[in-house]
Amino acid sequence: MTHLQVNGQTRKADVPDDMPLLWALRDELGMTGTKFGCGISVCGACMVHIDGEPVRACVTPVSAAAGREISTIEGMETDRIGQAVQQAWVENNVAQCGYCQAGQIMAAVSLLKTTPAPTEQQIDDAMSGNICRCGTYPRIRAAIKQAAGRLGAGGQS
Amino acid sequence: MTATVRLSRRAFLQGSLGVLTLAVTSSGLVRAADADVPKYGADSMPGGTVDDPLVFVSIAEDGTVAIVAHRAEMGTGVRTSLPMVVADEMEALWERVEVVQAEADEGRYGNQNVDGSRSVRHFLMPMRRVGAAARQMLEAAAAARWSVPVSEVRAVQHEVLHEPGGRRLGFGELAADAARQPVPAADALKLKAREDFRYIGNDKVRLVDLEAIGKGEAVYGMDMRLPGMVHAVVARPPVVGGKLRRFDGSKALTIPGVLKLVEIPAFQGAPAFQPLGGIAVVARNTWAAIQGRDALDIEWDDGPNGSYDSVAYREELEAAARAPGKLMRDQGNVAEAWAEAPEAERLAAEYYIPHLAHASMEPPVATVRIEDGRAEVWTSVQNPAAAQAAVAQRLKFEPGKVKVKVLLLGGGFGRKSKPDFVDEAAIVAQAMPEGTPVKLVWTREDDIQHDYLHTVSVERLEAVIDGSGQVQSWLHRSASPTIASLFVEGAKGQQITESAMSAINMPYVIPNVRVETAEVAAHARIGWFRSVANIPHAFAAQCFIAELAHRAGKDHRQFALDLIGPARRIDPGMMADTWNYTESPERIRAQMEGGAIMGLSLALASEISFEKGRVRQSNFHDYEVLRHQASPRVIRTHLVNDDHDLPPGGVGEPPVPPVAPALCNAIFAATGKRVRSLPVRTVA
Ligand code: FES
Ligand code: FES
Repeated sequence: MTHLQVNGQTRKADVPDDMPLLWALRDELGMTGTKFGCGISVCGACMVHIDGEPVRACVTPVSAAAGREISTIEGMETDRIGQAVQQAWVENNVAQCGYCQAGQIMAAVSLLKTTPAPTEQQIDDAMSGNICRCGTYPRIRAAIKQAAGRLGAGGQS
Repeated sequence: MTATVRLSRRAFLQGSLGVLTLAVTSSGLVRAADADVPKYGADSMPGGTVDDPLVFVSIAEDGTVAIVAHRAEMGTGVRTSLPMVVADEMEALWERVEVVQAEADEGRYGNQNVDGSRSVRHFLMPMRRVGAAARQMLEAAAAARWSVPVSEVRAVQHEVLHEPGGRRLGFGELAADAARQPVPAADALKLKAREDFRYIGNDKVRLVDLEAIGKGEAVYGMDMRLPGMVHAVVARPPVVGGKLRRFDGSKALTIPGVLKLVEIPAFQGAPAFQPLGGIAVVARNTWAAIQGRDALDIEWDDGPNGSYDSVAYREELEAAARAPGKLMRDQGNVAEAWAEAPEAERLAAEYYIPHLAHASMEPPVATVRIEDGRAEVWTSVQNPAAAQAAVAQRLKFEPGKVKVKVLLLGGGFGRKSKPDFVDEAAIVAQAMPEGTPVKLVWTREDDIQHDYLHTVSVERLEAVIDGSGQVQSWLHRSASPTIASLFVEGAKGQQITESAMSAINMPYVIPNVRVETAEVAAHARIGWFRSVANIPHAFAAQCFIAELAHRAGKDHRQFALDLIGPARRIDPGMMADTWNYTESPERIRAQMEGGAIMGLSLALASEISFEKGRVRQSNFHDYEVLRHQASPRVIRTHLVNDDHDLPPGGVGEPPVPPVAPALCNAIFAATGKRVRSLPVRTVA
C-alpha cells in the first residue's frame, strides 16, 4: 500500500511500486485531470509538481512520489499562481480540444513560480516539453505573459 | 432537479397544418423562405439536417433552457457555437442555457459526423430556424395567456414582453404553454435581422467547457470511469493485413492485475473501419494491461504488405508520376503544347509529401458495456453513428440497442471518424462477463503505428511558359495511394473526389490543362487527415507557380494573381460572394492559428515512413510535431467579410494546406534553395 500526498490530502493506493504515478492517479485515485499523451516523457500532458518541481507523472514510479508533496491540476485552484494562470487561460480562450492544457498549465505555473517575469526565451525553454497538437502555442504564450503581468502587479500592491 | 417540460412531437404534428393554412406574406416570410436558397450541403450527408425545436430545445420551469449539441466537440468549438446560435435566435440568455450532448441518433438529430469542416456550414441555418421557432412558440404562448395579438409581444432576453400592457413572463413560466403551441412552419419563421444578434459574431460567448478544461474537470473519452471497469490494450499486427500465426500468453497472464487475453479477429476484405486484429490484454488498470502486452510472445504472418518500404515506394511513385495516368481533367491539348514547345519554354518539377499521422493528443479510446442485449458506449469519436453501426454489427444488435454517448475528444483531425477502436472495445466487452465495462486504450505507440495515415504522394507538374511569361500549358499528375482503398480492396490511385481537392480545380486560368492520377496500390490504411488531398496538391501547385514566376522573371504574387484572372481573384470584395466567416470570429481565429501550426508541423517536422511493412516511428520523439519553441509567437488572422445572408464556409481544414508551399517559397526567396520534398528538415 502506497501513501500519496496529493493536493494536501493523503491518498492510499494499492499498486505495485513501479506503477507510474500517472496511472495511479488516473486509474486508482480517479483523478483524471492529469492526462496520458505519450507515456515516455516527451509530451508533457501528464505534468504534475512534486515538492514544487515539474515532473512527468508517466515516468515517475509511485515509489518515487510517495511521501512527497504532489500537486495536480485539480489542486491549482487553491494556488495563487495556479489560479492566476487558470484565469489567464480562460481570458485568452487558450483551449481548443483542451486535452493538453492541464499539462500546459502545470508547466506554466512551475515557470512562473521560479521566474515571475519570463522572457520569450524562458517561455520557450520552460514550455517546449509540452505538445499541443491543436496549435494553441501563441495563446499559451499570451496567457503566460498576462498572468505574469497580473501577478507582478498584484505583488507590488 | 427541475422539472423539464419537453416540447412534444405530437404538438408539432397537430399544429403544423394550422400554421400552414394561416401563413401570410410578410417581408419576414420571404426572407425565411429564401434562407435555404444558398446550398448548405448536408442534404447529401446521412441523416441530412433537422431543424425541429422539439428535438433540440427544452425549457425547465425555472427557466433553464437546455439546448442539444448534436455534434461532437473535438476542439473546433462546435459544442458551443451551434447551441449559441439557437440561444441567440430564441433570445435565451446564455447564462441560463445548459448544453446537452446528444447521443448517436442521426434519425433524430440529422447528420452528426464532424468531418469535412461541415458543422457550421451545414447547421448554421437549421439551428437558426430551431431558435426562431422556439422563440415564436414562446411568444405565441404569452400572447394566448394575455389574450393579445401575437404581433404585440416579443421575446427579449429570456422573457416575453407585452409592452402596451406593461406585462412580462419569463421563459420558465411559459415553458408548459409553449410546448403546446404548434411548431411554426418553415415559411412562417421570422429569423432575426443580423443587427439583432446578441451572441452570433461578437465573441461574448466562451467555450462551454473552457473553465472545466483549465481545472482538469472536463471529461474526455480517456477519462471515462465506471464501477468494475477493466482496462484493455491490444497487440496488433505490425503490418496492415498481417495475421496472428501463434502466440504464447502464459507470461502475460502472470503479470499482477492481468485478467484475460482476448483474440481480435483480423479484418476481412478491405480494411474499412474493422479492427486490425491481434490480442487484447485485459487488466485491472492500464499499466498492468500495458505490461501484460509487453510480455506477450507473438509470431505474426505479415501478409502481402510485409515488404512495404518508403524509400522503394517513393521511387515507384516517381516512376508512376512520369508515365501517363488516369484522366481527371482535360482541357485543350497539353501533349501537343508540350511537344511543340522549345526546351527553354518547358518546366517540370516533382514534389513529395510523406505519410502523416494525425496524432491527436488524446489517443483513440472507447469504453463499452454489454448487458441484457444492449450495449452502452462512451467514447470520443467524430462520427457517433459510425461507431453505433460498427458495434451493432459486431454484436448483431439492432442499432437502437447500442447507445453511443459522446465525450469530449482530445483532438480528432479525421482519425476519430473511423471507429475501429470502438469495435475493438466491443469485441473485448463481449468476451468478458456480462455487464463488465471495458475501457480499451490506444497507447501513443499504437496511435502512431496503426493510424489511418494521410496518403504519401509524388506530384509531378509540367508547364509550358512562353517567352512573354504566359503559361500555355499545365499538367498535374498525382501518384498517391487512395482513400478508396480503405473501402474497396485493391483500389488504386487517387479518385476524382481526391483529385477534385485543389488539383482538378486549381485556381489558374491556363489554355491547356490536364490532370491525371497514377494507379498505384496502397500498402497501409489510408485515411483522411485535416484537409486531405488538398495538402499535397496545394503544396505542389503553389510551389510550382512560384517556380514559374521565377522563370518568367515576375513577382510571384502578381504572377499568381494574373493567372487567376481578374474575374476570379479572391479579394475581400469577391469574398463577399462566396463566404461568410464570422459566426464565432474568435474560434475562427483559433482554427486559423491551429491549422497554420499543423501546416508548419507537416512542413517542417512530421513524417511517417515504412520499412518491412512496419511504421518506423513510434512516439513523439521520432514522429515530430511543432513545439512551442518552433511555433510562431503571434499569428494574425484577418477576417474579411461577415455577411450573414450567405452560406458560411468551413474553417477547420482550410488553414492547413497553404502553409507548406508558403514556407518553401519563402525559403527559396531567402536562400535560393528549392525545397520540393517534405518535411523540410530532411533536405536541410
Ligand atoms: S504522457 Fe507523460 S510526458 Fe507524455
Ligand atoms: S488544445 Fe488540443 S492538444 Fe492542446
